[in-house]
Amino acid sequence: MNSYMVLIQIADATVRVSVPLLLAALAGLYSERSGIFDIGLEGKMLAGAFAAGAAAYVSGSAWVGLGVAIIVSIAMSLVHGVASISYRGNQIVSGVAINFIASGSTVILGQAWFQQGGRTPSVSGAARFGDIALPGANAIRPIPIVGPIYSNVISGHSIIVYFAFLMVPFTWWVLFRTRFGLRLRAVGENPAAVDTAGISVAWLRYRAVICTGILTGVAGAYLSIAQQASFVKDMSAGRGFIALAALIFAKWKPVPVMLACLLFGFLDAISIRYQGIALPGIGKLPAQLMQALPYVLTCVLLAGFIGKAIPPRAGGVPYVKER
Amino acid sequence: MAEAAIELIGINKSFGAVRANRDIHLTVEKGTIHGIVGENGAGKSTLMSILYGFYQADSGEIRVNGKPTRIDTPNDAIAAGIGMVHQHFMLVHNFTVLENVILGVEGEALLRASIAKARSELQRLEREYGLTVDPDAIIETLPVGLQQRVEILKALYRGAETLILDEPTGVLTPAEADHLFRILRQLKEQGKTVVLITHKLREIMAVTDNVSVMRQGTMVDTRKTAETTVGELAELMVGRRVLLRVDKGEARPGDFKLVVEGLTVKDTRGVTMVNDVSFGVRAGEIVGIAGVAGNGQSELIEAIAGIRHAVSGRVLLDGKPIEVTGNADPGELREHGLAHVPEDRHHVGLVLAFEENENSILGYHDEAQYLKGAFLDIPAIRRDAAEKIEKYDIRPADCRLKTANFSGGNQQKIVLAREMEQDPGVLIVGQPTRGVDVGAIEFIHKRLIDMRDRGKAVLLVSVELDEIRSLSDRILVMFDGRIVGERGPDATEGELGLLMAGVESKEAAE
Amino acid sequence: MSTPYAKLPGWVDYGLIPLINVVVAFLVAGLVVLIVGENPFEAAVILVKGALGGGQNIAYTLYYATNFIFTGLAVAVAFHCGLFNIGGEGQAYVGGLGLSIVCLSLDTTFPWWINFPLAIVATALFGALWALIPAYLQARRGSHIVITTIMFNFIAASLMVYLLVGPLKAANTMAPQTRDFLPGGQLPKLNFIFDALGMTVRSAPFNVSFLLALAASVFVWALVWRTRFGYELRTMGFSPEAARYAGINESRIIIITMLISGALAGLMSINVVMGDQHHVALDFASGAGFVGIAVALMGRSHPFGIIPAAILFGMLYQGGADLSFEMPEISRDMIVIIQGLVILFAGALEHMFRPAIQTIFASLSPRSVGIAAKAEAR
Repeated sequence: MNSYMVLIQIADATVRVSVPLLLAALAGLYSERSGIFDIGLEGKMLAGAFAAGAAAYVSGSAWVGLGVAIIVSIAMSLVHGVASISYRGNQIVSGVAINFIASGSTVILGQAWFQQGGRTPSVSGAARFGDIALPGANAIRPIPIVGPIYSNVISGHSIIVYFAFLMVPFTWWVLFRTRFGLRLRAVGENPAAVDTAGISVAWLRYRAVICTGILTGVAGAYLSIAQQASFVKDMSAGRGFIALAALIFAKWKPVPVMLACLLFGFLDAISIRYQGIALPGIGKLPAQLMQALPYVLTCVLLAGFIGKAIPPRAGGVPYVKER
Repeated sequence: MAEAAIELIGINKSFGAVRANRDIHLTVEKGTIHGIVGENGAGKSTLMSILYGFYQADSGEIRVNGKPTRIDTPNDAIAAGIGMVHQHFMLVHNFTVLENVILGVEGEALLRASIAKARSELQRLEREYGLTVDPDAIIETLPVGLQQRVEILKALYRGAETLILDEPTGVLTPAEADHLFRILRQLKEQGKTVVLITHKLREIMAVTDNVSVMRQGTMVDTRKTAETTVGELAELMVGRRVLLRVDKGEARPGDFKLVVEGLTVKDTRGVTMVNDVSFGVRAGEIVGIAGVAGNGQSELIEAIAGIRHAVSGRVLLDGKPIEVTGNADPGELREHGLAHVPEDRHHVGLVLAFEENENSILGYHDEAQYLKGAFLDIPAIRRDAAEKIEKYDIRPADCRLKTANFSGGNQQKIVLAREMEQDPGVLIVGQPTRGVDVGAIEFIHKRLIDMRDRGKAVLLVSVELDEIRSLSDRILVMFDGRIVGERGPDATEGELGLLMAGVESKEAAE
Repeated sequence: MSTPYAKLPGWVDYGLIPLINVVVAFLVAGLVVLIVGENPFEAAVILVKGALGGGQNIAYTLYYATNFIFTGLAVAVAFHCGLFNIGGEGQAYVGGLGLSIVCLSLDTTFPWWINFPLAIVATALFGALWALIPAYLQARRGSHIVITTIMFNFIAASLMVYLLVGPLKAANTMAPQTRDFLPGGQLPKLNFIFDALGMTVRSAPFNVSFLLALAASVFVWALVWRTRFGYELRTMGFSPEAARYAGINESRIIIITMLISGALAGLMSINVVMGDQHHVALDFASGAGFVGIAVALMGRSHPFGIIPAAILFGMLYQGGADLSFEMPEISRDMIVIIQGLVILFAGALEHMFRPAIQTIFASLSPRSVGIAAKAEAR
C-alpha cells in the first residue's frame, strides 16, 4: 500500500473517532456557555449510547434509537439542571454523580433486559445508521489525490457524521446570529445583566442544558448504532472527558472545538494504527503517549503557558439575585 | 403644577427586621431632573429598586403618568417606560455595544434585523442627545464613562421616558461627570424625566430641579433646588440627632506611630480609589476618617493593613517603612504591633463556621502561646477565649459555640477582643458598630477610648458621623479618594456634612 | 461557603439532613431494583447477609472499606481547603508504582515489617507527586483543579499501561502486570481476629492495611482539627478573604493540602497490592478513588463519618457480590449507581429537603429557627 493511501486511511479514521468527541464537545459548549459547568458529558453520552442500542434493537429502527437516546440524555441533563440551577448545588459534584449513575444503570438495565452481560444485542440493517456513499463517490475515486479524499474521507460515513460536522457552523450561527445565542452567551458571562433585562436566568439555562442533552444523546447513538452495532459496557471510555478537554482547548468556540476534536481524534487514530511509532533519532514513541497527549496538552493550556483558556465568567456559580 | 411622571404613595418595605422604606411619598414631575439624597442606608436604592421591579413593596402604590401601575418585574418597569442605570453596570463585558443594547429586546429570533434597527436607532439617539459611542466596540475596552453611556442608551432604546440613575458619578472622573450632566440636561430638554440618586450635594445643586432628602428609611422633605442651599440639605440629610455621649478626657498625643505618605490604591477595575493620601496618627489619639461609603476609606485601611495592594506610596509603622505595594504580609504587620478590625467581619474578620475560640486566634494562630509545636494548644486557646468572653462581656458566654450563632454586636466584640488584647501599638478599626445593637455600641466606644488613653494610636473609619464626632481627637474627611479636610472634634455636623459632600469651603455652601 | 438558607439546630444540620439525603439515595436505588424486576427488600436482606453474615463476609467488607477510608480521607482533606480532588483514582494508581519499586527491589531482602513502612513512604510520595502538578497549577496559575486532576487520572492510566506492558512487566507472563511479590512484599492478614471471635474466615484479604487506614483517620482528624496547619487549611476552605486577613499563604496551603490528599490516595494501593494481589496489575484501583468522593460527601468530610461511610460502601461491594450471585440481574454495577445517587443527593442536592424540613421545624417551634434567620442591619 502506498503511503498516500495510508494517509487517506488515517484521515478517514480520524473523522470517525472525532465525531463523538465533536458532538459531546459541542454539547458541553451550550451548557458551559450558559454558565453551567458540565463534567457529566461522559455519563450522558453513555446513557444515550445504551438507550440507542436498546431502543434500536427493540424497534428495529435506528431513528427510534436516536430519538430515545436524545430523550434519555435530556432527562439526565435535567437532573443536572435541577441540581445546579434550581437547587444551586455544586455543579462539579452533580456532574460526577451523573457519570456514576449512567455507568451503573446502563449495565444493570442492559443485563436485566437483554441478559448479555450488560451489552445490548447487535443490530443491523434499518436498526443501524449505515454508511452513505455520496453521489459520484465511485466515479471520482480513480482520480489521483482528490479522488480518494472525496470517496474515502468525505464520502462513506453515516448520517450522524455529517450531522456532527454540520452542527459546527450551525452552533456558530445559533450562538452569534440568533436571539437565543445572544442571551445564552450573556447569561454565562453576567446573569445579573440578563435578569435586569427582564429575561429569566433559570429558564434560559434550562434550555441550554437541554441542548446539551440533545447532542450528547446523538453522540451516544453514534457510538452504539453507527460506529458500533451494539452498546457495550462503559463504551464511552473517557470520550466525554476528552471532549471536555477539547472544549477548554478550543476556548469554548465552535470552529476551534472542531479543530481540537480533529486533533485529538487524529492522535487517537494514529495510536490505534501504530502501537508505538518509531521516530528517527528519538526512538520508539509509545502509543500511550499519544493517548495521553490530549490531556497533557489541555493541562499545558490551562496553565496559561500557551495562551489562556478563560471560561465563561459566571461559570460554575449559581445565580442568586443580590440585595 | 406640572404633570407627575412618577408618584410613589405610602411605600413600605422591610428586609427581615430592618425597615428599609417607611411610608414613602414621592412625586416626580415630568420633564424634570429630580435628585434623591441621603446617607448610606437611608433607603434610596431600595426605593428605586422597588420602582424598577427588582423588589416588591410590602405595601403602597406606584403611579406612572397618573395611572396606578403594578411593577413586579423589571419587564413591567420597562413596559411602563422606566429605565435604570445601576451603580454596578449590568453589561456583558465581552459583548459589543450593540449586543448589549438589544439584549432582552431583540424582537425576533434572528439578530440581523434587530441589530440593523438598533444601529440606526443608536444613530438617532446620538444625534438627539449627543450620546456618542462606537456601536461595535467591545464593552471591556471602553472607559467607565462610556460604559455608563451604554447603560443610558440601553434604557432609552427600551423607550424609557423616566430614567433612574443610581450613584452615577461614583466611578467617573470630574470631566466625565460634567459630560454626564450635560447629557442629563439634554434628556430633560427632550422631555425625559430623570431621577438622580446621589450623596454628592454639589451634583444636586448643579443639575437637579427638585430634590428629596431621605433619612433612615423615611422621606424627610422635598424642595425646589433653586430655593435651598447645600447647608440646608446637609442638615436635613444628617439630621439633628442626639450625640451619643462618650466620656473621655483630654487626649495626650505622643509621637507619630503610623504615617501614611502619598498612598494611591486602585480597585480591580483600575479605578483610583485612594488618591495620593498622606496623614499620620500619633500615640494616644484617635484619628477618625469621615466620609460617605465608597469614597476610598475601605481601600485605604485595607492597603495599610496589608490585605490590598497599593499602587504607590509609603506607610511607616513606628518610623519603619512597611511593604504596601508589593507582597504585603498581614501576619508580619501583626508581629510589628498593627492590629486591624476589618469592616467586613462576616467574610474577613471572622470565619462564621468556626467555633468562637477558633476565631479568637485568627491571625494570631501562629503565636507561641496558642501552640504546642505544630499542634494547637486547645486548652490554652479555650482558656484565653473564655477570658476574653468574660472581659468583653460576650454573650452567650460559650467559647465552643459556632460564631454564626452570635449576634452582630457580640461577633464584633469577638473581633475587638482579639485585636485589642494583643496590646498593639496601632489599631485600625473599620465600621466598629455597623449592625451592632445600642448596648454594644457604648461598650465598643468605651474600649476604643480606653485604647487611646493607654497610649495607642487608633485610626477609625466609620460612615456614622456621630461615631466619628464623639470618638475622634482629629477628624479627616475623605471624598473621592482624597482627604479634603481636617477638623477638630468640635466641628459641626453641617461643616463635616459639606466636606463629605465634596464642598470644600464654607462660602461655596451659601 | 454561605448558603442562602436560614439556620437549623446543629443535630438537624449534621445528623438529620445528611441521613435523609442518604436514605433518599437508597430509596431511589431500590426503585432501580424494582425496575429490573426484583424485590428491593429481599435484595437488601441478601446484601446485608452477604456483607455481615459471617467472619469471611465481614473480613471482605472491611478489606474493601480499607480502600475507601483512604480515598475518602483524600477527598475530605481537600474539601476542607475548598478544593475538589477528583484525582484520587490516578494518585492511588501511581502510588502503586512507588509500591512496585519498593517491593520488586526489596521483597527478597527484607521481611514485610521493614518493607511496609518503606511502602508507606513510597506510595505516599508517589501519590503526592501525582497531585503536585495540579496543585501547583491551581495555586500559582489558577488552573481549575477539577479539570487538571481529571486529566491526570487519564495521564496516570496511560503511564501505568505503558509501564505494565513494558518495563515493569514480568518476563514469564503475557499479562500486563508485575511479577508476584515474594513474602517480603506481602502483608499479614488480620483474619485471626475473627477466628478469635469464633468466626471462620477461609481466605479473606483483610490485612494490616486496615490498621494503617485507622491510623490515617486519626492523622487526618488531628491534622485538620488539632494542628496549626489544619487551622489555616480550614480558614482557607471557609473564607479565602479571612485567610488573607490572617496572613495565611494561600498557595502554600493549597499545595501542601493537595500533597497530603494525594499521599492518602496513594496509600490505598498498599491494601490492594501488598495486602491482596501481591503484584501491580492494570487498573488495580478499580474505581476506589471515585468511591472516595461519595464516602467523603456522605461522611461530611469527617473521619468519624468517613469510616462508617467507607464500611457501608465496603458492605455494598462485598454484599453486592453475593447479591449478584443470588439475583443475577443485580450485578456489582448496582454499587456504582448507589455511589452516583449518594453523590447526587448528599452532594449536589444537599439542600433539596432543607426548605421542607425548615418549614416543619418552624411549625413545631418557631423560635428555634426564627431568631438566627433575622436579617442583620448592614
